[in-house]
Amino acid sequence: MKYVDEFRDGELARGIGAAIAREADPARHYAFMEFCGGHTHAISRYGVVDLLPANVRMIHGPGCPVCVLPVGRIDMAIRLAMERAVTICTYGDCLRVPASGGLSLLKARARLDKNRADIRMVYSAADALALAQREPQREVVFLAIGFETTTPPTALVLRQARALGLANFSVLCNHVLTPAAIRAILHAPAGAGADARVKLDGFVGPAHVSTVIGSRPYDFVAGQHHKPVVIAGFEPLDVMQSILMLVRQVNDGRAEIENEFTRAVTREGNLKAQALVDEVFTLRDSYEWRGLGSLPDSALRIRPEFAAWDAEAKFGLDYAPVPDHKSCECGTILRGEKRPADCKLFGTACTPETPMGSCMVSSEGACAAHYNYGRFRDIPVAAA
Amino acid sequence: MKTHYTRPLDLRSGRVDMNHGAGGRATAQLVAELFARAFDNPWLGQGDDGAVLPAPAPGERLVMATDGHVVSPLFFPGGDIGSLAVHGTVNDLAVMGARPLYLSASFILEEGYPLADLKRIVDSMAAASRAAGVPVVTGDTKVVEQGKGDGVFIATTGIGALPAERSPGGARARPGDVVLVSGSMGDHGMAILAVRESLAFDSEIRSDSAALHGLVEALYAALPAEAIRVLRDPTRGGLATTLNEIARQSGAGMRIEEAAVPVHPQVEAACELLGLDPLYLANEGKLIAVVAPESADAALAALRAHPLGSAAARIGTVVEDAHHFVQLATPLGGQRMLDWLSGEPLPRIC
Repeated sequence: MKYVDEFRDGELARGIGAAIAREADPARHYAFMEFCGGHTHAISRYGVVDLLPANVRMIHGPGCPVCVLPVGRIDMAIRLAMERAVTICTYGDCLRVPASGGLSLLKARARLDKNRADIRMVYSAADALALAQREPQREVVFLAIGFETTTPPTALVLRQARALGLANFSVLCNHVLTPAAIRAILHAPAGAGADARVKLDGFVGPAHVSTVIGSRPYDFVAGQHHKPVVIAGFEPLDVMQSILMLVRQVNDGRAEIENEFTRAVTREGNLKAQALVDEVFTLRDSYEWRGLGSLPDSALRIRPEFAAWDAEAKFGLDYAPVPDHKSCECGTILRGEKRPADCKLFGTACTPETPMGSCMVSSEGACAAHYNYGRFRDIPVAAA
Repeated sequence: MKTHYTRPLDLRSGRVDMNHGAGGRATAQLVAELFARAFDNPWLGQGDDGAVLPAPAPGERLVMATDGHVVSPLFFPGGDIGSLAVHGTVNDLAVMGARPLYLSASFILEEGYPLADLKRIVDSMAAASRAAGVPVVTGDTKVVEQGKGDGVFIATTGIGALPAERSPGGARARPGDVVLVSGSMGDHGMAILAVRESLAFDSEIRSDSAALHGLVEALYAALPAEAIRVLRDPTRGGLATTLNEIARQSGAGMRIEEAAVPVHPQVEAACELLGLDPLYLANEGKLIAVVAPESADAALAALRAHPLGSAAARIGTVVEDAHHFVQLATPLGGQRMLDWLSGEPLPRIC
């Protein structure tokens, strides 16, 4: 496939892999976190770790929208559908996230009277808006999730809904901010003593998120925390090239914000999208992230001017936090302190068919990626 | 003298109503004027409750398979629910090594469904049945109230004859055996998705829906029956899931070369767009064959010589593996698992 295969070329990959092996100092270890689920997926899907030397380790970060969505927020959506007879529209991965009472949106859907309420998968916020326009008697709530990439489309439908005076449409907003999560990881209190804290040597920076926010918001990572960041595209060669750039920064003792994804990311980002988001959303004082806890200024809420289309205001919803299953290690895995296989539920009680934690739900989640693509590495397999 | 004392079925603007399933005159008329006329064969023509069929040849065994079809949309590029209902069951028999002989068809119709569309489906089904040489010898029609069905559901059951020397089975793959596919993966699944999601491409993606028994016969003609270990048609769950089924049944692992698996560029592009993997998309006219290593070249040549196998490829080998993992070598040079499809909420595709 043109314009895609070029970024998956095996020969180039071996070349970059050889350069990483050549330049990585055998006397030390390198631990880099790829923040985005998209990178986690690319690394697992293409077997990138097989091309890295043993002393370069990739740690999966929390940049998977479904994975950081706390149970309490899914519960809100389920209650809306079951008790208030609304039709919830959301992205596919969200449907399977385990919620309270053994439910998920998918399981709740099976219990609904479809004449009144429903839970539907959509590919875009615009699909949810279109449904509300098409069926005025149906109360539609778009369960909006995601980082800065999916925020502008949500802002757009909110603006459209207001322009149209659409009375049967609202948004349950769960948009979260990448820099806040990176800050939380760098400040993370160690889970089980100081040793548990991850020693990160740098970050593979977000791809699509950075197209919107630009590279400037990561300055604090280098400035305050002296960690390098290399913004990288989602193709496997992008990831490999960024790892090589990180190794070079570490070797040189540099901590800079570098941009491998220059074909899409600028320093300032997409100013139009930023203005649109600013027009519709404002910072939330605090938002609970799964695995990272409640973080100040880490998420967006809908501005009061749009309150009529804000499901939280419209339906008077209150958030109630719900603790994760006590054996679930999603939290420590999302912070990079543990690997999926370290969790005793992994692959036994918790599988893609029966996910207990959110990291097992989305294919971008660290546990699902390891289960689906990498679990053979945990077990020695007889050679062919 | 009048030849008819009934008004003919209005196949242009009529609709299915509850009478058509009541078992009375309306049912009889629908059967006579639509189904019996389209499928026209002596067994169906007898009009009895079942078909009386000849016994198989000495030494042959009977194979029976059934398949329910609920695809949505009912018409799609490359086929419709009628042709799919024939191909689905014929292929289930074919990959057992059997020569498909007879089909039954059970129609569940929704009240209000246009008779003209039903006729298109039945005509397509009859054409597929004739092309495959497998007659529909018995059938049934039921009508459900509006809102209780989705236009048309069709369940087909098939009977085939299995020659004595043939015994392919999912448990027979052995380390060293070679894995072949008869052509590009994911065409049917993506054709359906493209219609459902209104995706427009420069050139249309067509379902690969086809009857595979001719291709299977070509394979048996080219190599010793014993060398054909496993035959499968990778329908729901795609190539990935089917390979895992074979690995589990055979108690072995597999090593697959991702770059060797044929995928149409349009399907690949559409998958890229939707975040899907073509190896998990359904096929309705493709064969997976696991064959003995010494017969692999002959098998590949036989597949390629047949119109339905012109893009056949050798994609990997069976290996010893206590965990029955299917491993994939990526074009990038890495390794990963090619796992079972896990609960993706994909729409009705067959």
